[in-house]
Amino acid sequence: MSSLIGYYSLIFGVGISILVIFFSIKNLNYTQNLDIKVISLVFLQLLFVIISFSGLILSFVNSDFSNETVFNHSHTTKPLFYKISGTWGNHEGSLLLWLLVLTLFIFVFLLKSKNQPNQYRILTLLFQQIIILGFFIFLIQTSNPFNHIFPVPKEGLGLNPILQDPALAIHPPILYLGYVGTSIIFSSALAAVCSNNITKMWASHIKKWVLVSWIFLTLGILLGSIWAYYELGWGGFWFWDPVENVSLMPWFALTTLLHCVLVLEKKLILTSWVVVLSIATFTLSMCGTFLVRSGILNSVHTFANDPERGLYILIFLFILIFLSLFIFLFFHKSKNNNTKTFYLLSKETSILVNNWFMMYFLSVVLIGTIYPTFLEVISSQKISVGPPFFNKLILPFLIPFMMAMAIGPKLKWIKSDVEDKIYLILFFIISLILSMLIIRNLDINFLYNTVLITAAFYLFFITLRDFFHAKYRNLSQIIAHFSFSILILSILFNNIFSSEIITNLKINETYQDQNLKINFESIEQENKQNFKAIKGKFTVEDQSGSIEVMQPELRIYNQPNIVTSEADIKTNMFTDKFMTMNYVQNQDYFNIRYQVKPFMIWIWISTILLCCSGGLSFIKKKYEN
Amino acid sequence: MKTKIFPIFLIITFSIIFYVFYKGLQNSNIYTPEIKSEIKIPSFEAKEFFSKDNVNSDQIFIGSEYYLLNIWASWCIPCKEEHKYLMDLSKKENIKIIGQNYKDNFVNAKNFLIKLDNPYDLIFSDNDGTIAIEWGAYGVPESFLIKNNQIIKKIIGPLNEKLFSEIKELTQ
Amino acid sequence: MNILKLLITVIFLINFFSSDLKAKNLGTEITKNLRCLICQGQSVYDSDSEFANSLKILVEKKLDDGLSEEQVYDYLKNKYGDWILYDPGFNKNTYFLWLLPILMFVFGGAIILRKVILKKKKL
Repeated sequence: MSSLIGYYSLIFGVGISILVIFFSIKNLNYTQNLDIKVISLVFLQLLFVIISFSGLILSFVNSDFSNETVFNHSHTTKPLFYKISGTWGNHEGSLLLWLLVLTLFIFVFLLKSKNQPNQYRILTLLFQQIIILGFFIFLIQTSNPFNHIFPVPKEGLGLNPILQDPALAIHPPILYLGYVGTSIIFSSALAAVCSNNITKMWASHIKKWVLVSWIFLTLGILLGSIWAYYELGWGGFWFWDPVENVSLMPWFALTTLLHCVLVLEKKLILTSWVVVLSIATFTLSMCGTFLVRSGILNSVHTFANDPERGLYILIFLFILIFLSLFIFLFFHKSKNNNTKTFYLLSKETSILVNNWFMMYFLSVVLIGTIYPTFLEVISSQKISVGPPFFNKLILPFLIPFMMAMAIGPKLKWIKSDVEDKIYLILFFIISLILSMLIIRNLDINFLYNTVLITAAFYLFFITLRDFFHAKYRNLSQIIAHFSFSILILSILFNNIFSSEIITNLKINETYQDQNLKINFESIEQENKQNFKAIKGKFTVEDQSGSIEVMQPELRIYNQPNIVTSEADIKTNMFTDKFMTMNYVQNQDYFNIRYQVKPFMIWIWISTILLCCSGGLSFIKKKYEN
Repeated sequence: MKTKIFPIFLIITFSIIFYVFYKGLQNSNIYTPEIKSEIKIPSFEAKEFFSKDNVNSDQIFIGSEYYLLNIWASWCIPCKEEHKYLMDLSKKENIKIIGQNYKDNFVNAKNFLIKLDNPYDLIFSDNDGTIAIEWGAYGVPESFLIKNNQIIKKIIGPLNEKLFSEIKELTQ
Repeated sequence: MNILKLLITVIFLINFFSSDLKAKNLGTEITKNLRCLICQGQSVYDSDSEFANSLKILVEKKLDDGLSEEQVYDYLKNKYGDWILYDPGFNKNTYFLWLLPILMFVFGGAIILRKVILKKKKL
């Protein structure tokens, strides 16, 4: 029943989409206030999508296996929480969620843009509705979440156990808020080009959308990363897996855009560049959707692959690309008049330098991700592009990037302020000495690591001083740069100083080396709602004699029948202790992996701080207005 | 002039990207190593399955006879499916079937052979799976058709009717 | 004064680091660079498939036999193709892969330089 309602709501939604497009085109030259009819239509559309989405959730909660999506991804013994989160844990449901966010955002946009020119608002609505219509058709044609199966199966196939996790339950909605937010930026940029509305006012209006998308995208990536860290059981948090790269690409573009919009808000420069970036952000998000959903790439997180879907998104994506190219090339009039100047040492130049590096990082990730596909099509050679490639091309460039990040924001003052210059040099020397001291015992890549850490420390100290210094009042920028330095520092330390032990142990056996003693105490079994847990108990004794009890777990899920390994993680401010236990085919021992990972928690904290700085910037503007 | 070149350049670039993605969609995203035939078999040392005596690879593959090396395990379900084809092949005179018991428990493996019959002329154990890597294999079951110390055919996954008749034809 | 405090904290941290510092194991480093053929999105190091576990043992064996890192890679490339290496290396297949981003960087730098310097001259 709820499936039926859900399906028909979708059909109604499509109808409204067509109506709105029709009305927008009709009202295009209408300069008066936006027709209340249009707004209520958009609201009605949102309502239908909400009904449809609730219908799907309800089907999941009731385990209505006459619905194919529910049958494929749910099971009666699954806890309620995961029944609900299972709604968007699959291709069909997640697309419906996309649609929900799309319609929600355009509605919010219409409400929040009342002080903008009418034509611009209608055009934005028009472009957004084209995107929405595209997604509606995609959903109904190729991935209908309400397909009926008959005869009705008694039991569902169940949700992949590694997806049954709290972080992953909220990861997709948050990430989609970020991805879909870029669609508003896209539509609005195109509309602004068409109606020749690229002004400072537009910049401060679109800045909020950029900030919102950026915050959610950052949070979404963070959640995915945290999930990978403790659920995939490998102790890593970033694998340069295609799916991760795909979320990183719009992030780079958004971050660049954010910096540009901040300039545009004050001075009318870089207008064309802002438009290009706005188009690029959404295109990259869509491109990511294509790469992930079509199964063209080989990744840990592939959704069910279906070439038909891939083809549809591909065509849709390129229609959008060509549409925006057309609009940009024919409607855009560059507003760069030459009275605006770039001084060699100015804030604008430093923004340009930021853009330069960001675009470089973006191109590395983009090329690294799609290159294997290109090579295979052109020469049918198959290669892998993995972490070593990205590390080699990105890490060295972080050095000048972080230096620029430290100095850039204060270029304006440097000329006059002598005290500042002294500090700049002093901090550099301190950073250098510090990093040499830290790295001194490391024989590999001594120089390289020293320079890298020096740059990160430098940014750390400079932003820390700025924070306490009254002269530089741009708080959100300081916090953002500061947390970025902590992020890089903790990633570097984590990378360099992590240590691990991999060994095979039977019950009551002990592993010992000069630093550590690991004792496999016991094992116990527990029956949970939809899995059987095998819990190992280990004691880890380090040099100083302190003993830690670790209890990693193996979970044998009933449906689908999959064994997952749950790490036990002991976190404190300085280090994470991480232990996993794995089953070995036909052996009576277990494979034990014990890792000590310094500063793990600071990676999460700094990213959250980064999001907060975005939030601060968002609130601050409101406050001033 | 300059204003025209740029849009054309962009359109061509994106068209190429579209074409590549379109073509890429049709390729499988799962990698299987290219099957190189006519390569020399690896040399290795292993333990005979029943007697636990050491055997050397050049003691196993002698002369110009046909050999079928089959990597199997009692815990592997597709191995049960292909078993009947192996039994059929074992009745042929001119081909010897060599079993490589992959990461298996001796008792389970023996029961497997008792229950389903033993098609192998010789079995050796590969307890840690490293010999399988010497062969360039990565799963169970995999089979290699060998003549004159050369691999003439490599089969990933279980044997089926089609592959079975192909092997028969090759060994005629 | 603040800086001094910070320095002390950091120096304290340094001691903490040096205590459990270990030389990285070459075998582990190699398996991190190998892609597993069973779970194709993971490295051999991260994977727990049968194939990956065997490959970890094999890499250690080969290193014990005196093979260098490069030789182990060549050996595996010969068996499974270039695909197995995460590090694509610099060869005729990957010229574009390595050079294109660098080219973009140089190109971007040129644009910025032009923008800043030209604008300055006009002034």
